Amino acid sequence: MSTKHTLSVLVENTPGILARIAALFSRRGFNIDSLAVGVTEHPDISRITIVVNVEDLPLEQVTKQLNKLVNVLKIVELEPGAAIQRELVLVKVRADNETRSQIVEIVQLFRAKTVDVSPEAVTIEATGGADKLEAMLKMLEQFGIKELVQSGTIAIGRGARSITDRSLRALDRSA
Amino acid sequence: MPMTEQATGAHHPQPRPRNGGHQSATVEHVTGAKSLIRSLEEVGAEVVFGIPGGAILPAYDPMMDSTRVRHVLVRHEQGAGHAATGYAQATGKVGVCMATSGPGATNLVTPIADAHMDSVPLVAITGQVSSKAIGTDAFQEADIVGITMPITKHNFLVTKAEDIPRTIAEAFHIASTGRPGPVLVDIAKDALQAQTTFSWPPTTDLPGYRPVTKPHAKQIREAAKLIVAAKRPVLYVGGGVLKAGATAELKVLAELTGAPVTTTLMALGAFPDSHPLHVGMPGMHGAVTAVTALQKSDLLIALGTRFDDRVTGKLDSFAPFAKVIHADIDPAEIGKNREVDVPIVGDAREVIADLVQAVQAEYSEGHKGDYTAWWKDLSRWRETYPLGYDEPNDGTLSPQRVIQRIGELADADTIYAAGVGQHQMWAAHFVNYELPATWLNSGGAGTMGYAVPAAMGAKAGQPDRMVWAIDGDGCFQMTNQELTTCALNNIPIKVAIINNGALGMVRQWQTLFYNQRYSNTVLHSGPEDGIAEEGRPSGGTRVPDFVKLSEAMGCYAIRCERPEDLDKAIQEANSINDRPVVIDFIVHEDAQVWPMVAAGTSNDEVMAARGVRPDFGDNEDD
Repeated sequence: MSTKHTLSVLVENTPGILARIAALFSRRGFNIDSLAVGVTEHPDISRITIVVNVEDLPLEQVTKQLNKLVNVLKIVELEPGAAIQRELVLVKVRADNETRSQIVEIVQLFRAKTVDVSPEAVTIEATGGADKLEAMLKMLEQFGIKELVQSGTIAIGRGARSITDRSLRALDRSA
Repeated sequence: MPMTEQATGAHHPQPRPRNGGHQSATVEHVTGAKSLIRSLEEVGAEVVFGIPGGAILPAYDPMMDSTRVRHVLVRHEQGAGHAATGYAQATGKVGVCMATSGPGATNLVTPIADAHMDSVPLVAITGQVSSKAIGTDAFQEADIVGITMPITKHNFLVTKAEDIPRTIAEAFHIASTGRPGPVLVDIAKDALQAQTTFSWPPTTDLPGYRPVTKPHAKQIREAAKLIVAAKRPVLYVGGGVLKAGATAELKVLAELTGAPVTTTLMALGAFPDSHPLHVGMPGMHGAVTAVTALQKSDLLIALGTRFDDRVTGKLDSFAPFAKVIHADIDPAEIGKNREVDVPIVGDAREVIADLVQAVQAEYSEGHKGDYTAWWKDLSRWRETYPLGYDEPNDGTLSPQRVIQRIGELADADTIYAAGVGQHQMWAAHFVNYELPATWLNSGGAGTMGYAVPAAMGAKAGQPDRMVWAIDGDGCFQMTNQELTTCALNNIPIKVAIINNGALGMVRQWQTLFYNQRYSNTVLHSGPEDGIAEEGRPSGGTRVPDFVKLSEAMGCYAIRCERPEDLDKAIQEANSINDRPVVIDFIVHEDAQVWPMVAAGTSNDEVMAARGVRPDFGDNEDD
């Protein structure tokens, strides 16, 4: 069954690591739905959140092949029920004196924010899961979307446990 | 800043290394280049194959003074890479090659890819343009780290002199541990020129690299249970068994269980060919018995092997009745091509040793497999469909006999390196491999031109042993320039050119699948002579004249065209040890490699010879 899987990949914060991961996906024929990367609470470790749309067996190959990359420290699959997933969108919507208040109302409904206003447009910032953002964009479509930019999904597990703990210790030992 | 290389006042004590070993007494004040050479000395690199050039030039100055590292100046960087591979495969140590930036580095791409496919421990060191010039399309700049990312186990770009020793230590560690593979270290010229300090061992830092070598005890017990319960098991042995040095353990396991053994192209020599339990090589050109054993098996005990398509044929009809125990040091290989019943991640040597104990434990509880009926089948197939060939009836040389006689007349511990094509398959079939690391070839990548430089590397690593390159005339024309290197550096290899005047394997496919239209496979004549004539004896021109060519490169060279001259020619070659020897064997051009499973078909369709489908008694009720 082909489904979306969210992988959190902890990597050494070294040059070229994103290229290594992206190249691995393309040469093994895996498709990336979204990818987001940023440094963690430990400056030597970056965290890459990858959403892939694959069946279970290829997913195992993805994980194993990623694990073979020397700069990859740890891979965790975040199950949707046990993790919080967020995306960020910035969207510029056509607006005039007539429609502006309707747009602002939708923005409030989705607990989004108006971050820029001009006579012809409103720019909205929204975060949330993919479903919520999709619903909001659908509501905004009627006014005319001039420009849309989306981040990749980032995700974190629920509860007190941290996936970085053990990797940090490994890094400390080697330092 | 003191410029002496052996500074006495060591005033920069280094932290204790994590990976043990004793600290060298002094901190040396050196250039980055010198620290590179010192590092190579400390990791035990005895031979480096390479060619200097602009960006790597600083390294060649201290190289000249090193008494511990021998540099062999090759004629083409591809030769350096394959030589390093041959050295590694013949010695079990890490092979090292060196090249300059840009075209020097890109010429290493083929041997690096080759080593990657065959899991050969290789360290390639390349010069890079100055760190400030990187990315500016500078003279002889190529992004070799980017280029080799998919064909290395790992690679490094070093832009600071102080990182050189640590990177070299890490490169050798990564190349040689876990599943071995090539590692490239690209060093910017200014890092080689800068002043730095050197002390050994450096502190390595590889938190993300933890190969698992110790197999899981529960999986081993599960595997042993399957082995004693099976009726038709096969030990399907791959190159990982050779890399792990597990051949003694394998012999114990095979003899303990009495299960048949098949060794893949990469594993020839892992189990003696002469052993009664050995049923031959599997795969596209495998022995009928080996191919069929896998097809009829109820349990594959796959050790250090990766279910490559040349072994499995059409995957979904491969070994359809078999449960699978798959042991490999690379977890990603397990379940990649074939679903597995018992996965075992670990070093083949430890896995097999543990399996022996677990099987013995099963025996002591009275569980023992009975393979009598299985051996009845196997023996019948082996008797009915042995490997063989027909002698040509026109008095020309049979390529198979040439190769067979080379094997029979050579020393027992001779190392063979083959190119890629028909001669490679015949060398796999008709030389007996009794010892590990005596058969070197390009299995995964299928790199034509591998034989001569690989033989050179093997001979450099094993100077006291006889090394025969068994090459085709197509392959030979790709890398023969390294014979000059051999002649000038006292590396007296022997080369058999199995000269059929054609790209023989491709020609065979044209014969079988393209209506005998020999498009661009005739090597010894031009296009106007290239049209096949039925029954035309091996003819064509003598362009190039391999004897003259080899003589020009400082080799002793002879031509052999008649069966009655065969033994004399080989014996003459075997008696010469002061320079490389080349024999140009003019062989029958229509000889073919059999058995064969046509590409993309099921192994059930194995043909013992052209038009001969073996009778496996499928319809019998045994």
